[in-house]
Amino acid sequence: MARVVVDVMLKPEILDPQGQAIVQALPRLGFNGVTDVRAGKHFVLDFPGEVDEKTVQEIADTLLANPVIEDFEIHS
Amino acid sequence: MVSLVSKPKVGVVTFPGSLDDRDAQRAVRAAGGEPVALWHADADLHGVDAVVLPGGFSYGDYLRAGAIARFAPVMGLVISGARAGLPVLGICNGFQVLCEAHLLPGALIRNAGRRFVCTDQWLRVERADTAWTGSYEPGAEIVIPVKNGEGAYVADSHTLDALEGEGRVAFRYLRGNPNGSARDIAGITNETGTVVGLMPHPEHAIESLTGPGADGLTIFSSLLNRLVAA
Repeated sequence: MARVVVDVMLKPEILDPQGQAIVQALPRLGFNGVTDVRAGKHFVLDFPGEVDEKTVQEIADTLLANPVIEDFEIHS
Repeated sequence: MVSLVSKPKVGVVTFPGSLDDRDAQRAVRAAGGEPVALWHADADLHGVDAVVLPGGFSYGDYLRAGAIARFAPVMGLVISGARAGLPVLGICNGFQVLCEAHLLPGALIRNAGRRFVCTDQWLRVERADTAWTGSYEPGAEIVIPVKNGEGAYVADSHTLDALEGEGRVAFRYLRGNPNGSARDIAGITNETGTVVGLMPHPEHAIESLTGPGADGLTIFSSLLNRLVAA
Protein backbone atom coordinates (compact mmCIF):
# COMPACT_ATOMS: atom_id res chain seq x y z
CA MET A 1 0.00 0.00 0.00
CA ALA A 2 1.21 3.47 -0.82
CA ARG A 3 0.25 6.58 1.09
CA VAL A 4 0.70 9.99 -0.51
CA VAL A 5 0.06 13.34 1.12
CA VAL A 6 -0.93 16.42 -0.84
CA ASP A 7 -0.86 19.82 0.84
CA VAL A 8 -2.77 22.62 -0.84
CA MET A 9 -2.24 26.28 0.04
CA LEU A 10 -3.73 29.46 -1.37
CA LYS A 11 -1.13 31.28 -3.45
CA PRO A 12 0.68 33.93 -1.40
CA GLU A 13 -0.98 36.79 -3.27
CA ILE A 14 -4.51 35.46 -2.65
CA LEU A 15 -6.27 36.87 0.41
CA ASP A 16 -6.92 34.18 3.05
CA PRO A 17 -9.84 35.37 5.20
CA GLN A 18 -9.74 32.14 7.22
CA GLY A 19 -6.11 32.66 8.16
CA GLN A 20 -6.89 36.28 9.02
CA ALA A 21 -9.72 35.23 11.32
CA ILE A 22 -7.33 32.87 13.12
CA VAL A 23 -4.51 35.40 13.47
CA GLN A 24 -6.96 37.94 14.87
CA ALA A 25 -8.37 35.43 17.37
CA LEU A 26 -4.97 34.48 18.82
CA PRO A 27 -4.31 37.67 20.86
CA ARG A 28 -7.77 37.31 22.42
CA LEU A 29 -6.59 33.95 23.75
CA GLY A 30 -3.39 35.45 25.08
CA PHE A 31 -1.14 34.27 22.27
CA ASN A 32 0.69 37.39 21.19
CA GLY A 33 3.36 37.67 18.56
CA VAL A 34 1.85 35.58 15.75
CA THR A 35 2.17 37.92 12.77
CA ASP A 36 0.48 35.83 10.08
CA VAL A 37 -1.52 32.62 9.63
CA ARG A 38 -2.26 30.95 6.31
CA ALA A 39 -4.76 28.08 6.33
CA GLY A 40 -4.53 25.22 3.86
CA LYS A 41 -5.78 21.73 3.11
CA HIS A 42 -4.07 18.44 3.84
CA PHE A 43 -5.10 15.38 1.79
CA VAL A 44 -4.02 11.84 2.62
CA LEU A 45 -4.41 9.47 -0.34
CA ASP A 46 -4.10 5.69 0.01
CA PHE A 47 -3.39 3.43 -2.96
CA PRO A 48 -3.52 -0.38 -2.97
CA GLY A 49 -0.12 -0.67 -4.63
CA GLU A 50 2.60 1.59 -5.89
CA VAL A 51 1.58 4.85 -7.50
CA ASP A 52 3.55 7.03 -9.86
CA GLU A 53 4.14 10.68 -9.10
CA LYS A 54 2.62 11.74 -12.42
CA THR A 55 -0.78 10.30 -11.44
CA VAL A 56 -0.73 12.09 -8.09
CA GLN A 57 0.35 15.27 -9.87
CA GLU A 58 -2.68 14.94 -12.15
CA ILE A 59 -5.06 14.28 -9.24
CA ALA A 60 -3.76 17.33 -7.41
CA ASP A 61 -3.79 19.56 -10.48
CA THR A 62 -7.28 18.64 -11.74
CA LEU A 63 -9.24 18.19 -8.52
CA LEU A 64 -7.51 18.72 -5.18
CA ALA A 65 -6.17 22.16 -6.07
CA ASN A 66 -7.41 24.93 -8.30
CA PRO A 67 -4.18 26.13 -9.92
CA VAL A 68 -5.74 29.55 -10.51
CA ILE A 69 -5.65 30.32 -6.78
CA GLU A 70 -3.77 27.46 -5.11
CA ASP A 71 -0.36 25.78 -5.04
CA PHE A 72 0.16 22.17 -4.00
CA GLU A 73 2.99 20.05 -2.67
CA ILE A 74 3.17 16.27 -2.88
CA HIS A 75 4.82 14.30 -0.07
CA SER A 76 5.23 10.58 -0.60
CA MET B 1 -34.26 28.60 -36.32
CA VAL B 2 -36.81 28.81 -33.53
CA SER B 3 -40.35 28.41 -34.77
CA LEU B 4 -43.09 30.71 -33.54
CA VAL B 5 -45.11 27.86 -32.08
CA SER B 6 -42.40 26.29 -29.96
CA LYS B 7 -40.78 28.36 -27.26
CA PRO B 8 -36.99 28.33 -26.93
CA LYS B 9 -35.91 25.67 -24.46
CA VAL B 10 -33.60 26.69 -21.66
CA GLY B 11 -32.09 23.93 -19.57
CA VAL B 12 -31.60 24.52 -15.85
CA VAL B 13 -29.19 22.06 -14.25
CA THR B 14 -29.97 20.70 -10.80
CA PHE B 15 -26.95 19.41 -8.91
CA PRO B 16 -27.29 17.81 -5.49
CA GLY B 17 -27.33 20.93 -3.32
CA SER B 18 -28.64 23.37 -5.94
CA LEU B 19 -31.01 25.88 -4.34
CA ASP B 20 -32.16 28.30 -6.98
CA ASP B 21 -32.96 25.94 -9.84
CA ARG B 22 -36.72 26.39 -9.43
CA ASP B 23 -36.43 30.19 -9.37
CA ALA B 24 -34.26 30.04 -12.48
CA GLN B 25 -36.88 27.87 -14.21
CA ARG B 26 -39.55 30.35 -13.18
CA ALA B 27 -37.49 33.25 -14.56
CA VAL B 28 -37.10 31.44 -17.89
CA ARG B 29 -40.87 30.95 -18.02
CA ALA B 30 -41.53 34.59 -17.09
CA ALA B 31 -39.27 35.69 -19.94
CA GLY B 32 -41.24 33.56 -22.42
CA GLY B 33 -39.05 30.48 -22.62
CA GLU B 34 -39.68 26.84 -21.83
CA PRO B 35 -37.58 25.71 -18.89
CA VAL B 36 -36.19 22.19 -19.11
CA ALA B 37 -35.01 20.57 -15.89
CA LEU B 38 -31.61 18.95 -16.40
CA TRP B 39 -30.21 16.56 -13.81
CA HIS B 40 -26.53 16.49 -12.92
CA ALA B 41 -26.29 12.85 -14.03
CA ASP B 42 -28.00 13.42 -17.41
CA ALA B 43 -26.19 12.04 -20.42
CA ASP B 44 -27.84 14.42 -22.88
CA LEU B 45 -29.03 18.02 -22.93
CA HIS B 46 -32.54 17.21 -24.26
CA GLY B 47 -32.18 19.58 -27.19
CA VAL B 48 -32.05 22.79 -25.15
CA ASP B 49 -31.08 26.08 -26.81
CA ALA B 50 -29.22 27.38 -23.75
CA VAL B 51 -28.26 26.29 -20.24
CA VAL B 52 -28.45 27.96 -16.83
CA LEU B 53 -26.26 26.74 -13.97
CA PRO B 54 -28.17 27.96 -10.91
CA GLY B 55 -27.12 29.09 -7.47
CA GLY B 56 -26.84 26.96 -4.39
CA PHE B 57 -24.27 24.75 -2.75
CA SER B 58 -23.64 21.94 -5.21
CA TYR B 59 -22.13 18.90 -3.48
CA GLY B 60 -22.12 20.89 -0.25
CA ASP B 61 -19.38 23.18 -1.56
CA TYR B 62 -16.99 20.36 -0.57
CA LEU B 63 -13.36 20.85 -1.58
CA ARG B 64 -14.09 24.21 -3.26
CA ALA B 65 -17.38 25.72 -4.39
CA GLY B 66 -18.15 24.21 -7.79
CA ALA B 67 -15.13 21.89 -7.81
CA ILE B 68 -17.11 18.63 -7.73
CA ALA B 69 -20.03 19.88 -9.86
CA ARG B 70 -17.61 20.75 -12.61
CA PHE B 71 -17.04 17.01 -13.14
CA ALA B 72 -20.73 15.99 -13.06
CA PRO B 73 -21.75 13.96 -16.13
CA VAL B 74 -23.99 16.70 -17.54
CA MET B 75 -21.11 19.18 -17.35
CA GLY B 76 -19.16 17.35 -20.04
CA LEU B 77 -21.99 18.22 -22.44
CA VAL B 78 -22.34 21.76 -21.11
CA ILE B 79 -18.61 22.37 -21.55
CA SER B 80 -18.43 20.97 -25.09
CA GLY B 81 -21.67 22.81 -25.94
CA ALA B 82 -20.35 26.09 -24.56
CA ARG B 83 -17.17 25.73 -26.59
CA ALA B 84 -19.37 25.26 -29.68
CA GLY B 85 -21.42 28.41 -28.97
CA LEU B 86 -24.23 27.18 -26.72
CA PRO B 87 -25.28 30.11 -24.49
CA VAL B 88 -24.56 29.28 -20.84
CA LEU B 89 -25.34 31.42 -17.80
CA GLY B 90 -23.80 30.69 -14.41
CA ILE B 91 -25.40 32.35 -11.41
CA CYS B 92 -23.53 32.42 -8.09
CA ASN B 93 -22.61 28.74 -7.57
CA GLY B 94 -23.06 28.39 -11.33
CA PHE B 95 -20.43 31.12 -11.84
CA GLN B 96 -18.13 29.20 -9.51
CA VAL B 97 -18.73 26.04 -11.58
CA LEU B 98 -17.94 27.90 -14.83
CA CYS B 99 -14.65 29.14 -13.36
CA GLU B 100 -13.76 25.66 -12.06
CA ALA B 101 -14.55 24.29 -15.54
CA HIS B 102 -12.23 26.92 -17.06
CA LEU B 103 -15.02 28.21 -19.29
CA LEU B 104 -14.39 31.55 -17.59
CA PRO B 105 -11.06 32.73 -16.15
CA GLY B 106 -10.32 33.42 -12.49
CA ALA B 107 -11.93 32.02 -9.36
CA LEU B 108 -14.30 32.93 -6.54
CA ILE B 109 -12.92 32.88 -3.01
CA ARG B 110 -14.29 33.57 0.45
CA ASN B 111 -15.65 37.10 0.91
CA ALA B 112 -13.04 39.56 2.11
CA GLY B 113 -15.31 40.56 5.01
CA ARG B 114 -15.60 36.89 6.10
CA ARG B 115 -19.37 37.23 6.23
CA PHE B 116 -22.09 35.72 4.14
CA VAL B 117 -23.61 38.71 2.34
CA CYS B 118 -27.31 38.87 1.48
CA THR B 119 -28.48 42.22 0.17
CA ASP B 120 -30.02 44.08 -2.76
CA GLN B 121 -27.04 45.20 -4.81
CA TRP B 122 -26.57 47.94 -7.39
CA LEU B 123 -24.76 46.86 -10.53
CA ARG B 124 -23.71 48.50 -13.75
CA VAL B 125 -24.20 46.56 -16.98
CA GLU B 126 -20.80 46.95 -18.64
CA ARG B 127 -21.53 44.77 -21.64
CA ALA B 128 -24.96 45.07 -23.26
CA ASP B 129 -24.18 42.88 -26.25
CA THR B 130 -23.70 39.38 -24.85
CA ALA B 131 -26.22 36.57 -25.33
CA TRP B 132 -27.49 37.29 -21.82
CA THR B 133 -27.36 41.10 -21.67
CA GLY B 134 -28.35 42.24 -25.16
CA SER B 135 -31.64 43.81 -24.08
CA TYR B 136 -30.11 46.12 -21.45
CA GLU B 137 -29.17 49.70 -22.25
CA PRO B 138 -25.36 49.99 -22.25
CA GLY B 139 -24.26 51.23 -18.83
CA ALA B 140 -27.66 50.50 -17.27
CA GLU B 141 -27.67 50.64 -13.46
CA ILE B 142 -29.75 47.84 -12.00
CA VAL B 143 -30.60 46.28 -8.62
CA ILE B 144 -30.27 42.52 -8.16
CA PRO B 145 -29.89 40.57 -4.89
CA VAL B 146 -26.48 39.20 -4.04
CA LYS B 147 -26.17 36.32 -1.55
CA ASN B 148 -22.88 34.55 -1.17
CA GLY B 149 -20.15 33.55 1.22
CA GLU B 150 -17.54 32.85 -1.43
CA GLY B 151 -18.13 35.56 -3.98
CA ALA B 152 -14.86 37.46 -4.12
CA TYR B 153 -13.71 37.34 -7.73
CA VAL B 154 -9.95 36.94 -8.09
CA ALA B 155 -7.58 36.49 -10.99
CA ASP B 156 -3.96 37.44 -11.59
CA SER B 157 -3.38 41.03 -12.74
CA HIS B 158 -2.54 39.91 -16.27
CA THR B 159 -5.94 38.17 -16.55
CA LEU B 160 -7.75 41.14 -15.00
CA ASP B 161 -6.05 43.52 -17.46
CA ALA B 162 -6.99 41.23 -20.34
CA LEU B 163 -10.64 41.07 -19.18
CA GLU B 164 -10.78 44.87 -18.95
CA GLY B 165 -8.94 45.36 -22.24
CA GLU B 166 -11.19 42.95 -24.11
CA GLY B 167 -14.33 44.38 -22.51
CA ARG B 168 -15.20 41.08 -20.86
CA VAL B 169 -16.37 42.53 -17.55
CA ALA B 170 -20.14 42.14 -17.98
CA PHE B 171 -21.30 43.51 -14.61
CA ARG B 172 -19.63 45.67 -12.00
CA TYR B 173 -20.66 46.33 -8.40
CA LEU B 174 -21.84 49.89 -7.81
CA ARG B 175 -22.18 51.84 -4.55
CA GLY B 176 -20.09 49.40 -2.58
CA ASN B 177 -18.32 46.10 -3.23
CA PRO B 178 -20.08 43.41 -1.15
CA ASN B 179 -17.36 40.76 -1.15
CA GLY B 180 -13.98 42.25 -2.04
CA SER B 181 -14.07 41.24 -5.70
CA ALA B 182 -11.12 42.45 -7.74
CA ARG B 183 -11.91 45.68 -9.57
CA ASP B 184 -15.54 45.49 -8.37
CA ILE B 185 -16.18 42.70 -10.88
CA ALA B 186 -19.62 41.12 -10.40
CA GLY B 187 -19.78 39.16 -13.67
CA ILE B 188 -17.71 38.35 -16.73
CA THR B 189 -18.18 36.84 -20.18
CA ASN B 190 -16.15 34.64 -22.51
CA GLU B 191 -14.54 35.86 -25.73
CA THR B 192 -17.69 35.31 -27.78
CA GLY B 193 -20.23 36.73 -25.30
CA THR B 194 -22.13 33.45 -25.12
CA VAL B 195 -20.99 32.32 -21.67
CA VAL B 196 -21.72 34.70 -18.79
CA GLY B 197 -21.14 34.19 -15.08
CA LEU B 198 -22.21 36.52 -12.28
CA MET B 199 -22.47 36.30 -8.51
CA PRO B 200 -25.73 38.29 -8.06
CA HIS B 201 -29.03 36.50 -8.62
CA PRO B 202 -31.11 37.87 -11.53
CA GLU B 203 -33.66 35.06 -11.03
CA HIS B 204 -34.56 36.64 -7.68
CA ALA B 205 -35.35 39.98 -9.34
CA ILE B 206 -37.96 39.24 -11.98
CA GLU B 207 -40.95 40.97 -10.34
CA SER B 208 -41.50 43.45 -7.53
CA LEU B 209 -43.73 41.01 -5.60
CA THR B 210 -40.83 38.71 -4.69
CA GLY B 211 -37.74 40.81 -5.34
CA PRO B 212 -36.38 44.33 -5.36
CA GLY B 213 -37.74 44.84 -8.88
CA ALA B 214 -37.67 43.27 -12.30
CA ASP B 215 -34.17 44.28 -13.38
CA GLY B 216 -33.02 40.66 -13.45
CA LEU B 217 -35.69 39.52 -15.87
CA THR B 218 -33.84 41.29 -18.69
CA ILE B 219 -31.03 38.71 -18.44
CA PHE B 220 -33.50 35.98 -19.37
CA SER B 221 -35.41 38.07 -21.92
CA SER B 222 -32.08 39.07 -23.52
CA LEU B 223 -31.42 35.39 -24.19
CA LEU B 224 -34.95 34.75 -25.41
CA ASN B 225 -34.82 37.76 -27.75
CA ARG B 226 -31.49 36.52 -29.09
CA LEU B 227 -32.82 32.99 -29.66
CA VAL B 228 -36.04 34.14 -31.33
CA ALA B 229 -34.15 36.53 -33.62
CA ALA B 230 -31.66 33.83 -34.62
